[in-house]
Amino acid sequence: MELKDKLMSSYLAFEEQVDLENDIHEVRNKAIKFFEHTGFPTKKEEAWKYTSLNSILKEDYSIFPKKEDAIDYKDIKKYLIHDIDTYTIVFVDGIYSSHLSRTTHDKLDACLMSSALDKEKYKPVIEKYFNKIVPEDSMSSLNTAFAKEGAYIRIPKNVVAEKPIQIMNFFTSNEAALMVQPRNLIIAEEGSHVQIIERHQSLTDNPVLTNSVTEVYVGKNAEVDYYKIQNDRITSSLIDNTFIKQERDSKCSMHTFSLGGKITRNNLKFYQHGENCDSVLKGVTILEDKQHVDHNTLVHHTQPNCESHQDYKGIFSEKSVGVFNGNVLVDRVAQKTNAFQSNNNILIDDTATCNSKPQLEIFADDVKCSHGCTIGQLDNEALYYLRTRGIPKKEARALLMFAFANKVLSSVKIPEIKKRITKQIALKLGVELGFNL
Amino acid sequence: MLKIKNLHASVEGEKILKGINLEINPGEVHAIMGPNGSGKSTLASVIAGNEDFEVTKGDILFEKANISELSPEERAHKGIFLSFQYPVEIPGVSVTNFIKTSINQVRKAQGQKDMPANEMLKKIREKSALLEMDRKFLSRSLNEGFSGGEKKRNEIFQMAMLEPKLAILDETDSGLDIDALRIVADGVNRLKTKENATLVITHYQRLLDYVIPDVVHVLMDGKIVKTGGKELAKELEEKGYDWLKEERAEMTS
Repeated sequence: MELKDKLMSSYLAFEEQVDLENDIHEVRNKAIKFFEHTGFPTKKEEAWKYTSLNSILKEDYSIFPKKEDAIDYKDIKKYLIHDIDTYTIVFVDGIYSSHLSRTTHDKLDACLMSSALDKEKYKPVIEKYFNKIVPEDSMSSLNTAFAKEGAYIRIPKNVVAEKPIQIMNFFTSNEAALMVQPRNLIIAEEGSHVQIIERHQSLTDNPVLTNSVTEVYVGKNAEVDYYKIQNDRITSSLIDNTFIKQERDSKCSMHTFSLGGKITRNNLKFYQHGENCDSVLKGVTILEDKQHVDHNTLVHHTQPNCESHQDYKGIFSEKSVGVFNGNVLVDRVAQKTNAFQSNNNILIDDTATCNSKPQLEIFADDVKCSHGCTIGQLDNEALYYLRTRGIPKKEARALLMFAFANKVLSSVKIPEIKKRITKQIALKLGVELGFNL
Repeated sequence: MLKIKNLHASVEGEKILKGINLEINPGEVHAIMGPNGSGKSTLASVIAGNEDFEVTKGDILFEKANISELSPEERAHKGIFLSFQYPVEIPGVSVTNFIKTSINQVRKAQGQKDMPANEMLKKIREKSALLEMDRKFLSRSLNEGFSGGEKKRNEIFQMAMLEPKLAILDETDSGLDIDALRIVADGVNRLKTKENATLVITHYQRLLDYVIPDVVHVLMDGKIVKTGGKELAKELEEKGYDWLKEERAEMTS
């Protein structure tokens, strides 16, 4: 059976599990109808021109995993930021694992989407925020139709979350092939502050397809600092759909580290809804083998005096493919916008591919917008210079690649993440580096 | 220390060096002068191991071992240092991290452990003071946005840190104002010992007022056409290179 047909029939089974009286059900129904009408995206669509999902849609995925939770903390420890205190929300095969998680309701909510959707006391919040900034596209709609589980995070007014919150999704060999659709809702109310780390990690070589949707609401003068670590196995694919709405004087930064996985698609959209917003989108992508990462970003400036900074660096070797499609939209009223975008890529091998496409649509006349895309090779002059200083070729190459990615790492605010990413990059480049960045 | 025998080298098929013979002993300072395009920088690059140049004939011996086939890093490990005419800008790597990596990679190649952090720090302080470098300078990205003078000072700072046996200074005086020239030359002089040697490559005599050579060679059209004492540099400064060209023309005809 085609995956689409399987999903359609699974939806009927899904309806038996959920409360049909809940208002959310109408949203789900609308979403599945949309998906039924559009189906999976194809390369014929402009936004998917360089990324085909065909190779991953042919698997016979389980849509409802068995409720077996067979993993221990020791199996996942290395994937967690464990050297500092954090709240952790862990899902195994899409199902919440209470014994691996550390949730809270003390001062802030770091808990489950399923309870937020079901429990009466969350109703006003869900009514106000759920599915309010998710555009109608086929992958997001598919997720909305099956929206049930994920992380629910709410930071009340003026609360500073003292520990970072980790949203971790692990996949086991319980299923021969698994499709999961996490749904996260993050609300940082006025003046609050939170740091979030998200990761999808398979523990087996069985195929996994994740289609996640995350809505992030950043209130007035609030600050959200978000890190996505994508370093999954070559059998796992991820369609990440993240939508962020910012109120006035707020800051939101998103760092995406794409170091592994089969196909990774990041749909990342920022919507600024007040003056003096600051949006930061940064990415480091280092790929080899046949890995494929597609960054599709949007910053929509709808108010005056806002800023956005996009900076994505990519290093591609072997048969890997990188795609960057960066959109900036400045409305007519959004005067004094400062929007910067840069995407720099290094192709290590002739067999690697990179497609970079900046798209700026500016309707205001008093703005500062810039964009720059480069695709090149490692600088041979620089390589020679380093080698004359006794640094061997392999280390010199690694040093140059590090230096290249460094600009993005420098804005990482959690030192443990910076350390970890640095280490992962070194590991990927196959060298030990005696310096810190 | 360095012995070059009948060295021929070319780049992209074009012959640049056409039979160089040169011998440098420990404790000596040699200068190679010559007009633009005579092959001075090529000689420096070939000794340092630049793979863009092809050695078509002859040998380069360093401490009696043939190094013609060695990579640039292997030559650096043996104690050869090249101060670049145009140091490369490397954004994202600080001067400090760069020099640490460099020193420890050289030590690793020599079978030594990493230099202890406090020792490294002390040495960095000492050598940067020698070159009158600002502390802030050390945390900046390597050569990025450096002035001409800062770049050259940074080169000599690296030389001071690495303490090479043979230092090749390729047009180190170009782009320097008189104060920077004095600091750089002073640094070079203070690093001089009986055991190490310096090869100064320059178009002008200016630097040689500060770094006094024992031997001066004139390179023209890929060959050393004249060798003399330090007074030869003065003569070239006064008379230019044309008289040598004429002399050569007469000799060949």
